[in-house]
Amino acid sequence: MRIYTLVDDDDLETLLNDVANKYGYDFTEYSKASMKRRVNRLCTLDKFASFAELRYRVLNNDSYFARFVEEVTVNVTEMFRDQHFYKTLRDEIIPQLGVHSHIKIWLAGCSTGEEAYSLSILLHEANLAHKAIIYATDINPRVLETARNGIYPIHLIRGYSQNYINSGGITDFSDYYTANYDYARFVDKLREHMIFATHNLVSDSSFNEFQLILCRNVLIYFDKNLQDKVFNLFDASLENLGYLALGSKETIKFSHLERRYQQIGKEKIWRKMK
Amino acid sequence: MEENEMRRVDLVVIGGSAGSFTVLLEILPKIRTDIDFAIVVVLHRKNNFTTSIADVFDQKCALPVLECEDKDRIEKGKIYFAPADYHLLIEKDSCFSLDYSEKVNFSRPAIDITFKNAADVYQSKLVGILLSGANADGAEGLAYIKQKSGTTIVQDPESAEIATMPNEALKLCKPDFIANVGEIADLINQF
Repeated sequence: MRIYTLVDDDDLETLLNDVANKYGYDFTEYSKASMKRRVNRLCTLDKFASFAELRYRVLNNDSYFARFVEEVTVNVTEMFRDQHFYKTLRDEIIPQLGVHSHIKIWLAGCSTGEEAYSLSILLHEANLAHKAIIYATDINPRVLETARNGIYPIHLIRGYSQNYINSGGITDFSDYYTANYDYARFVDKLREHMIFATHNLVSDSSFNEFQLILCRNVLIYFDKNLQDKVFNLFDASLENLGYLALGSKETIKFSHLERRYQQIGKEKIWRKMK
Repeated sequence: MEENEMRRVDLVVIGGSAGSFTVLLEILPKIRTDIDFAIVVVLHRKNNFTTSIADVFDQKCALPVLECEDKDRIEKGKIYFAPADYHLLIEKDSCFSLDYSEKVNFSRPAIDITFKNAADVYQSKLVGILLSGANADGAEGLAYIKQKSGTTIVQDPESAEIATMPNEALKLCKPDFIANVGEIADLINQF
């Protein structure tokens, strides 16, 4: 048996340069290993016979390009992922935000919105939702549609409910959604303080100043160079004494932010000190 | 393959699932401390372990054992574990990238993903070892390592607690070695 990978390193470089030129979406500083796997996975899913065929389709069919963006970026997420992280957010960070008259939170790379609803629940339980806004952004307009709707498969809810309880949830999780056959729809009050918008971390600039920025399991798909650029963007978008929260295996260590930011315990949360 | 034919090795990647934990407890403490390569372990496990699996092994091994973080540089003489609930990739400049995409073979981390990606990066300088397990993850990846001229080792199904994973690999390729637990440690020490 021979195992084929349709797209090699040179092909990938060609394609990503083409895409940047034609569409203005620059994936050239994404993790090469991850991109290569995602593009080859797409070739298998959509049954391309050659790299040339994939390249032609991506460059000559706008709606296929939308699918390309959706499939090469990773949109897997869940509610209250990492119980320790959410417990720290609930017990230590959110109460600190309460001192502000307006709370502004940026959720960068929100994907299908599960973390936005998790955050909203925390704000409601801390009685801070009325003065908070969650700016939830993603590169991909299609996932934002899902995020706006807040409708998720019912079979995932049991796990989310368990995560919620493990991270210190204080009420009945089912108060937050209405179940309907195969889906659960999260209630409107959670959505009232959310603004969904497309934002590309590679090319778009800072658009506000926040007291908390969450960007979890997004930077892992970027190379080091791009990670540094995004850290600059976050730094420019964070108020003094604001917080930056990353995924459980991501770090600002080795970036120039490190000496101005203080880590909160063992969690991947840092506070901007100057 | 005779010892004098052994190629230079930059990375040993080990995949395991059910029944592999105890095998690793036997193998990893026996690895000599002056190895000229790094070892990466992709082990299926539940992600609700409170203690990190790397800490467990670090206490038993002479070599430092670490859990990978994103963009950590791979250094020879160290043993790295893929973190629970992430796929593990390796970049051309020898650093790790983590990936939280869909499960593959019902698994995250998936052995196939790391095996195939490492084979692309290290080619003939890679050794792939597949241990005990109850599913087919790793079989295709091991065949790909062989196709890319890497060295392949499969735990002898007779010696495996659950033989499904070694057997699936043997269906797809003829590995360079079929070895029991003691032999696997010896083989690693010869590279």
